[in-house]
Amino acid sequence: MDYREMGLIAGIEIHQQLDTREKLFCHCPTTLRDTAEHSGEFFRYLRATESEMGEIDRAAQEEMKRDRKFQYYTYDTTCLVENDEEPPALLNSEALDVCLTIAKMFSMTPIPQIHTMRKLVIDGSNTSGFQRTALIAINGSLPNGGKIETICLEEEAAQRVKDDIFSLDRLGIPLIEITTSPCMHTPEEVQQVAEYMGMVLRSTGKVKRGIGTIRQDVNISIKGGARVEIKGVQELELIAEVVKREVQRQKELLTIRDELNKRKADINLNEHKDVTDLFKNTKSTILKKAKRIYAQNLKGFAGLVGREIQPDRRLGSEISDYAKVCGVGGIFHTDELPAYGITAEEVDKVRKVLNAKEVDCIVLLAGSSDKQATCALNQVFNRAKSALKGIPEETRKMLEEGSTAYMRPLPGAARMYPETDVLPVLINDARWKGVKVPELLQIKAERFLKEYGIERNYAGQLASSEKLPLFERAIKEGIKPKLAAFTILSTSTELRREGIEIRNISDDAYLTVWHSVEKGKVAKEGIPDLLRLVASGSTVETAIQNLGPSISREEVESIVKKIISERSEFIQQRGKAALGPLMGVVMAEVRGSVDGKVVSEILKRELEKSLAAKTP
Amino acid sequence: MAVVKLDSGYNIGVTPSLCKFIEHPKIEPTKRLEVTQDKKLSELSIISTGGTIASRIDYRTGSVTSQFDASDILIAIPELAKVAQYHTKSLYTILSENMTPKIWQDLAKAVYEEIKRGVTGVIVTHGTDTMAYSAAALSFMIDTPVPIVFVGSQRSADRPSSDNTMNAVCAASVAKSDLGEVVVVMHATTNDDFCAIHRGTRVRKMHTSRRDAFQSIGMPPLGTVSYPSREVKLENFAVQRGIHKLALHEKLEQRCGMVQFYPGMSPDVLKGYEGYKGLVIAGTGLGHVSTTLIPGVHNLIESGTMVVMTSQCMHGRVCDRVYDTGRDLLTAGVIEGNDMLAEVALVKLMWVLGNEPNPMKARELMQTDLKGECMRRSAHGL
Repeated sequence: MDYREMGLIAGIEIHQQLDTREKLFCHCPTTLRDTAEHSGEFFRYLRATESEMGEIDRAAQEEMKRDRKFQYYTYDTTCLVENDEEPPALLNSEALDVCLTIAKMFSMTPIPQIHTMRKLVIDGSNTSGFQRTALIAINGSLPNGGKIETICLEEEAAQRVKDDIFSLDRLGIPLIEITTSPCMHTPEEVQQVAEYMGMVLRSTGKVKRGIGTIRQDVNISIKGGARVEIKGVQELELIAEVVKREVQRQKELLTIRDELNKRKADINLNEHKDVTDLFKNTKSTILKKAKRIYAQNLKGFAGLVGREIQPDRRLGSEISDYAKVCGVGGIFHTDELPAYGITAEEVDKVRKVLNAKEVDCIVLLAGSSDKQATCALNQVFNRAKSALKGIPEETRKMLEEGSTAYMRPLPGAARMYPETDVLPVLINDARWKGVKVPELLQIKAERFLKEYGIERNYAGQLASSEKLPLFERAIKEGIKPKLAAFTILSTSTELRREGIEIRNISDDAYLTVWHSVEKGKVAKEGIPDLLRLVASGSTVETAIQNLGPSISREEVESIVKKIISERSEFIQQRGKAALGPLMGVVMAEVRGSVDGKVVSEILKRELEKSLAAKTP
Repeated sequence: MAVVKLDSGYNIGVTPSLCKFIEHPKIEPTKRLEVTQDKKLSELSIISTGGTIASRIDYRTGSVTSQFDASDILIAIPELAKVAQYHTKSLYTILSENMTPKIWQDLAKAVYEEIKRGVTGVIVTHGTDTMAYSAAALSFMIDTPVPIVFVGSQRSADRPSSDNTMNAVCAASVAKSDLGEVVVVMHATTNDDFCAIHRGTRVRKMHTSRRDAFQSIGMPPLGTVSYPSREVKLENFAVQRGIHKLALHEKLEQRCGMVQFYPGMSPDVLKGYEGYKGLVIAGTGLGHVSTTLIPGVHNLIESGTMVVMTSQCMHGRVCDRVYDTGRDLLTAGVIEGNDMLAEVALVKLMWVLGNEPNPMKARELMQTDLKGECMRRSAHGL
């Protein structure tokens, strides 16, 4: 597919949690908790309020379609600020410094005076009903010639436990939001830019790591299509796929629109009927328990509602997503009926009631109340109506594999108003000049390769490893780079695969182990055994003692001699090739307390001596 | 710094010299929705004085201030329309820290007029900081047959999580209930589950920011209002609707003061109250000040200041007969303030001195329970 030809325009927004000591607007730690540890609960209702423009934001209004009560989990690591029971503290200056550092890395211009805003979010993920956010810097550049538009510093939202229950541990963790201009034109380019930006962020050493700590939103449109924002792409590898599938979706929807127009398809809200009675004795469990069932005729839509627009997604799924906003489970449409317990006879009856023709598609929706069914009916109508025009502007969420589903309309600018409880922060020249730019991980990897002779593959992994600070500390303390690199990348990984809790091993323990190796107290081969013990709670010192005393060179020599004399026949048979098998025997004897290099050197010498002596 | 609003919605501060004047923006009148009232429902009055329940952002200072009038409250809280129909009156738009006894008097007159007109109940919207003072003041100034309900909000009305809606809806429900006294209705817990009804003379703001900041001290709340069901439950010790006949006694002696004693406090502090008609001391423990202050207290009383002793403990009763200092204070002429809250004692002192010219009778009134401010018994478990 020629994406440039199709007029693909994409931009990305990266959200990355910062690894600061405290949250953005209170002094709680930025620690994520197990929800089972929550110490309390409370609940609230949220209501849309008038913004400074006197209008209620359309995304907020969408949420208002449901009467929702939100429940929150509190912890001994959260406070009244997360509970929305105390005004926010001053903007966390450590978090601001990280943002300024990143801004400088993208050659951006800082905002002279930073104003914190309230961005209306009433999906329950913020106890206050808004997310605090501040614009920090503008106008940056990317190596591919693309532009970074803005960097914002925001508070992370609460984590949804399930349904309308949220956990407050995550609420308020500083979150940097970096927005590029719509400067990308192929799926691969989007992926590369996202990767580069992620690398820059990690170069600061002040960002959180692991699943969920970084999320990418992608803005996409094609010629004749509409701007769609896809939220929360967590796996970097999927970005290109998400873009490809969105292009496909928009293309298919445009084709459907053209077909609809050709058929002179039309929708009229009046062409719906209450068919609750028709399904009194239905076998469909969903329809049976519904209080109200409506059937809406989509004239000229037959075959198109069921047509695939993305892997496993149809126009029907899009319509269904809109209806779900009202709390219904979904919809049925005649392109896929009879099925789900609905019989052909029932479909015929509905068709008759609505006077539907062959080219018409009927949507059935069931609500647990009149209000819910009416709400869903309007949503179905709205979505079907926009299919005639093309593609609605939307915020969508990513599904597994990279397809997407409708979340809410794109938010308008009206959802922002000043957070008056937080004082503005001045960024003067001195503060900006004082911001130090760290070495990019890319460059660091090159340096590891050149200076320490670490293989390219390893050097790259090391630079992007969470243990990078440990590696750099080890170098500073005079540990051999290869030793540290091997332990961090190879040994630890093997141990982790064995099921060892390597998280229990502190940086200090690693360093003590390496120093012991450097001093000859422990052999390199002993490291895995040592780390196993340390991971299960032992100190390095005790572990070394438990693994047995170190063996002197003289002792090794006598062990080697003994083994050679005991196996003289074998040596005669195999000659120099006996070295390998013998090496294993000796290493088992010294139980990893001696460096393999030393053993191999002694063994080789003694073996040669022995072979020379026996040769007539 | 000049504040610029970007198209994205963000505000930024820039150096004014970098800005160039282009034109004044067109000021579009904000669309006002029509308030529809159900004439079949009972009529309540909403008298607004300002405060967080009706606050909005002030773009001049960037802070939250009060500038809504009472009809704006109905637009902001449509749920109120289900409870009653309303007659609204915007008396003041001030932050409650700027309240004065003079405003209490205006408020009392306004409330009195509304009740005289025959409304089912009166709601007073008020900033939370000094709401308890105003509630106490109106308790003494008005004998009321109907509920007079003070309500406010702890989290500003411009936020989706504001407690204003639930508090206002609960207040309206209480205003048409069987109650017949001055009360404060606010969140009972941090949840949006129910409001507590507090007696105006026993209520205190006990937290700077929590929704459930208001607590009844020395007695349980008079009742509760569930949300969203709006069911009002009243305890049997709540004063019933119609028990009292409407009367207004708005006089106040404003030359009254209050001082909190602290270790090492200089007797000079008391000199500042010379010429005052009344002084409430929030003493330590059972109601004490240091021995060095007693001559000063004596001088004040000699020169005609009525001195009432309360306790900074807040919970419990003053008793100046246990220790020597206490007995010396009594000898000096100090009046024991029973279990009255210090600020309620101050408001009562203003009212008593304003309405009772005979000092001996005034003394007696200070120790008599007038509006539930003095409990005869100190119940346990509170």
